[in-house]
Amino acid sequence: MTLNRTIPPDFRSVENVSLIRPEHIKLGNGCDIFFFNSGDQELVRIEWIFQNLRFDHEKPLLNVAVNTMLTEGTSARSASQIADQVDFYGGFLQVDYGYDHSQAVLFTLNKHLEKTLPVMKDIITDSIFPGRELETFIRNQQQKLQVSLKKNDVVARRTFNKAIYGNTLYGLGAEFDDYKTLHRDDMLAHFRQMYQPSNCTIVIAGKVDDKTIALIKDSFGEGWVNSSGKPDTAQPDLQPSREHFYFVEKPDALQSAIRMGLPMITRIHPDFPALQVLNTVLGGYFGSRLMTNIREDKGYTYGIGSGLSSLKQGGAMFIASEVGADVCRDAVAEIEKEIGILKAELIPDDELDLVRNYMMGSLLGSLENVFSHADKFKNIYFSGLDYDYYDRYTEVVKTVTAEKLLQLANKYFDLDKFYRVIVGKY
Amino acid sequence: MLSVFIIYMVKFNRFILNNGLRVIVHEDHTTPMAVLNILYDVGARDEDPERTGFAHLFEHLMFGGSVNIPQYDEPLQRVGGENNAFTTNDITNYYITLPAENIETAFWLESDRMLSLAFSEKSLEVQRNVVIEEFKQRYLNQPYGDVWLKLRPMVYKKHPYQWATIGKNIQQIENASIGDVKAFFKKHYNPSNAILVVGGNITVEKAKALAEKWFGPIPGGEKYRRDLPKEPAQQEARRETVSANVPLNDLYIAFHMPGRLEDGYYELDLISDILSRGNSSRLYRKLVKEKQLFSEIHAYNMGSFDSGMFVIEGKPLENVSVEEAEAAVWDELEQLKQYRVPDDELTKVKNKTESTMIFSEMSLLDKAMNLAQFELFGDAEMLNHETEKYLAVTAEGIKKEAQDIFRKENSSTLVYLAESH
Repeated sequence: MTLNRTIPPDFRSVENVSLIRPEHIKLGNGCDIFFFNSGDQELVRIEWIFQNLRFDHEKPLLNVAVNTMLTEGTSARSASQIADQVDFYGGFLQVDYGYDHSQAVLFTLNKHLEKTLPVMKDIITDSIFPGRELETFIRNQQQKLQVSLKKNDVVARRTFNKAIYGNTLYGLGAEFDDYKTLHRDDMLAHFRQMYQPSNCTIVIAGKVDDKTIALIKDSFGEGWVNSSGKPDTAQPDLQPSREHFYFVEKPDALQSAIRMGLPMITRIHPDFPALQVLNTVLGGYFGSRLMTNIREDKGYTYGIGSGLSSLKQGGAMFIASEVGADVCRDAVAEIEKEIGILKAELIPDDELDLVRNYMMGSLLGSLENVFSHADKFKNIYFSGLDYDYYDRYTEVVKTVTAEKLLQLANKYFDLDKFYRVIVGKY
Repeated sequence: MLSVFIIYMVKFNRFILNNGLRVIVHEDHTTPMAVLNILYDVGARDEDPERTGFAHLFEHLMFGGSVNIPQYDEPLQRVGGENNAFTTNDITNYYITLPAENIETAFWLESDRMLSLAFSEKSLEVQRNVVIEEFKQRYLNQPYGDVWLKLRPMVYKKHPYQWATIGKNIQQIENASIGDVKAFFKKHYNPSNAILVVGGNITVEKAKALAEKWFGPIPGGEKYRRDLPKEPAQQEARRETVSANVPLNDLYIAFHMPGRLEDGYYELDLISDILSRGNSSRLYRKLVKEKQLFSEIHAYNMGSFDSGMFVIEGKPLENVSVEEAEAAVWDELEQLKQYRVPDDELTKVKNKTESTMIFSEMSLLDKAMNLAQFELFGDAEMLNHETEKYLAVTAEGIKKEAQDIFRKENSSTLVYLAESH
């Protein structure tokens, strides 16, 4: 029998995914622990997650600087002792600052947990931000900032965020002089208020046995007490700008960075899963309309995409690309044309079926290991949702109609309300 | 400390089809997914010096439709799959991840483009533009983005590692013709020059049946014999200084080192860890923190298959001269040449290697890519002996390699000077 290579093999659509749910322990000091046990490898990832404190525009960098400098010294250990201890036992210590939360993360083999955990306890409960380390931090950050500001995509992102979020944590793009507002005593006060048990969620994934839990409780249980000041995590309202167009000219640019979009509903809104389908059609995967038109047909860019961000106080829909400087206006026109089509025409069944299958496969593929299950949990937990969200999500992906998507495109993609940022030539 | 190391172990089966295609199967039933990874034994090093950037441009064209399937991406996305590819100076690697029950779609797509491409003029024209935009985005429109276009030709005078995978310049990409595309396909894209790895929730029997069904009928083609010029030993220190529109000065020092399979490779890989892995590393601690000379500094080994390259890169602080910064780097290299690395420090980088290997077991795709690469080196089983090779490195061995490599006559120094702004 000859093989007929023109006929695709049969396939099945992914119908549902099964998510691992965590076990939960509430400690007496108010700290929540969630853990996911999978004994496949002798390793574990532990995250300590804290809500950021209220934004202070006089001292805009406190949240990020306190987080980044957690590794730079405690009463008992210098920065180099912290690094030595974790590195010697093959661990990886990261601090990650996000718009809503700041975290410290430890990756370690279980056999070394007893040696690496005391370092984490030290930095989370007793960081002191030594003066000399602070000077080094400020100087090096200022140098790195100069390099970042030479990148058009970075400038476009900063300008866009400032425009749609205003003078808030989300809209902040650090300026050179902002670093001069950092002072050690402010950082210590910020640290003491923010890094306390009642403001902490610990998420553990990997091989989590009784011994692991006992070690965590030893370090972060009764001995870790809340200070008197309650963390103030309320944030000022977002302040979208009235100006909707920004052009930052770079006369020598070979490419222009484009970023456009608008404030948007977040994950907690019932329309959000369907909006994710719509976003995928527009620019959320390699075969998306933006990629197909602007890269694969016109060759204007190496890549273009659209995305939805969902944060605690608000979300955004955005489109981003770097395109040849000479075709920048054409690219913007094509982007707007594609949005216009989504608002005027029903998405053909064939395309919508493909996107459904792609999104379900992508969801299944995003659950590669136990860390991914923990990440899925964090998405819903910090949005105040429960696992029903994923049931709704899969149901919507499988059943949302082209009519509904057309309606949503008209409801949410108002080109008159779009913010447009161009960095380069226009 | 107690040195009981956990050994990384990836089990696999291996067979060869009649047309010469090497196939490796790694069963992993902890995931509902499967991966199909194809490594082609061709990279930028195999290019004509007048047609550089071609292997990478060709990789783009592999997505422009094949002889029986007009669209590559669409049918894959339809079954819930994702794919990508990358080209290096040594290899070109394509991979698909998808729900395991749809694995046959991956066999169908990959085998058809190994059989033959559509060779569409439109696809060539568009992908030329896309690659030119990639050239601009990554190499020309970024501060320091052109470093590899400058540093490679300083380090390599004979070997084709003297150009970057993107190519020497945009003109050569513009010149690519459909005739070039066809000739390149015939020469490099056939079963005898490829390694197929199938991993995930699939049995060896099923993978074998599907490999026979879809790849078995493809003609074997001619095995490409690589005969590249050897890079002669460097005899003199090389140096270049460029003034550029960059915000800060930047210092690069590159050294020739052994290739991936040569003696000394593992010693030098650990040296790069000693110098620059993590906040306890020597360059960070001494030059960023203690002496306050650099805002950032890194050391790395390019992992090249043939003649290797070891690079140290750092941005001196604004009040520090390039000469002072450079002298401080050489002081650190002298330390490695004169004194044995203390036991604790050596244990530290070995522990890091061990945990890195264990953590990499968490990724099915990483395992598949690693198996393919070691099979190309001669035996996929070598992957399971990697940790041992790092553990066998001694302080004496490190000192000896440091003495061999960190010599002025073996160095190429590239300095970016920030134009006043």
